[in-house]
Amino acid sequence: MSIEVNWERNDYSRIPFRLYHDEEVYALEMERIFRGPCWSYLCLEAEIPNPGDYRTTWVGDTPVVVSRAVGEGGAIHAFVNRCSHRGAQIVRKTHGNAPEHVCIYHRWCYRADGELTGIPFRRGLKGEGGMPADFDMAAASPKKMHLANVNGMLFGTFSDHAESIEDYLGPLGMGMVKRFLHKPIRIIGYSRQMIYGNWKLYAENLRDTYHASLLHEFFVTYGVDRATQKGGVKMDERHRHNMNHAYTGSDTQADALTAYAGTAGVALDRMRLSDTKLLEHTPEFDDRMNLAAPTFFPNGLLIQINHSLGTRQIRPKGVDRHEVFQTLFGYIDDSEEQVRHRLISANLVGPAGFVSMEDGEAIELIQKATGNERQASNVIEMGGRGPLKDLNHRITETPVRGFWSYWAELMGMEPAGGIR
Amino acid sequence: MRVPDLIRHAACDFLTEYALLIDEDRLEDWVELFDEACDYKVVTRENVEQGLPNVLIWCDNKNMLRDRIASYRNVNEYNLHWDRHVIGAPRFCGELDGVWTIEVGYSLFQTDMEGVSRLFSVGRYRIEFGVRDDIARVKSVLVIADSGLIPTLLATPI
Repeated sequence: MSIEVNWERNDYSRIPFRLYHDEEVYALEMERIFRGPCWSYLCLEAEIPNPGDYRTTWVGDTPVVVSRAVGEGGAIHAFVNRCSHRGAQIVRKTHGNAPEHVCIYHRWCYRADGELTGIPFRRGLKGEGGMPADFDMAAASPKKMHLANVNGMLFGTFSDHAESIEDYLGPLGMGMVKRFLHKPIRIIGYSRQMIYGNWKLYAENLRDTYHASLLHEFFVTYGVDRATQKGGVKMDERHRHNMNHAYTGSDTQADALTAYAGTAGVALDRMRLSDTKLLEHTPEFDDRMNLAAPTFFPNGLLIQINHSLGTRQIRPKGVDRHEVFQTLFGYIDDSEEQVRHRLISANLVGPAGFVSMEDGEAIELIQKATGNERQASNVIEMGGRGPLKDLNHRITETPVRGFWSYWAELMGMEPAGGIR
Repeated sequence: MRVPDLIRHAACDFLTEYALLIDEDRLEDWVELFDEACDYKVVTRENVEQGLPNVLIWCDNKNMLRDRIASYRNVNEYNLHWDRHVIGAPRFCGELDGVWTIEVGYSLFQTDMEGVSRLFSVGRYRIEFGVRDDIARVKSVLVIADSGLIPTLLATPI
């Protein structure tokens, strides 16, 4: 199947609005991206520490179980959470511990690796009924994912032809996962947010460093992150992943006052927190960054904002909505005081986060205002047109164009002479 | 448990006031329902049932509450809406040194600027309060939201 896209430019500086609304495009994305040759973020190994532990997750709109075997040295597996028999969801809880998984409908039974191992009355009863003798249980088992474990961050792909995870994430991505997960972690908990907009709007938002200090005025007002700080964006070779980062205290109040002078709706120095502990930050990584957000095509990211550390997973729920599932963590060796500070820092992120709540609203405003538009495109030129390059500043949307270039390649929808 | 009428009335008056002050957008007055040493926390049932400490909002004193409201008023962008709380009858859980603990269920609806209402959150409160001059003074409000999947975003207090 092929869908005609009215690309105005070959450098993705114009994206047709209908790509956020078209049901056929969405169905094809599930097939060619989420069930295609991408590595999707699944969950963290720390969430399933013991033999038999499992977690349910989503890869695009496919329900998936991530499960640790009781035997096999506790190997981790991921498989589609759908009974081979009639298609019922096998595992119903979000998490738990079970040596095997049983579909409630007709009690078909699955091992931790997803292998179908039991069918009640398979041989019939007193010589009558039952499955045909040649029924192949192994062939009927739910689809399994290939799994990659990078320092405890679990990725999966349905494709037998995907690149290695090392090649997929590239040195930058691999290095960033290792930075965040350089020692054993402890899960602090979860948050979920339903944003009524196409999933790509969130993927773009993560790559749009231009909006960060404008939409999220808290950043600027209280000096957590300003475009005047040292920082930048880096992409992998294919421009599908990106890394937005900044260093605390690397600008001066005077720099910032000059830079933001006259920007409507943004005002520095106007307010002070009555309780400043929320923003207390002592660099805890060797690189001394206070903001780091390596984002992985198509659905995952790691994010540090001061002492808040976490992953986020984009779960598309139809063409016009997606869930943002956030997992916050700290380290096993965090002191009681550090744990408390990470919890206080949770005020910054998530659906009620001082520097994150706005994304939900901005995305919904786009979805609402563009639904009827079949021809027009948006404008993505901040940071320049043409070639896709890393930048030592964050006044850019170039990684958004990078996202679209890889999207179009996977979808088989590149414009003539489309840049990569 | 046996609860003096005065305490019961103070609790009910407090809950009525709590809901109306948020629903009428008098958030600065809502903050004044709390003691200076107070604790306001919004968590989700999904985390609580797993024994996980994550918070959506946590103000561990009244200044942090003031900061939340000031940021909402002046800094944050959010979905424009009106809130409407429907709070049930409280269950009294106990009393220690003049501090009473109650639990009570809530529903919170949001209505947008074109009049479309949606169920935004359901859950329960666990509230600790003392009574001075016949008025409840609140030490802590723990909001445990059953609705862990937050629609759009959470800007105004529950």
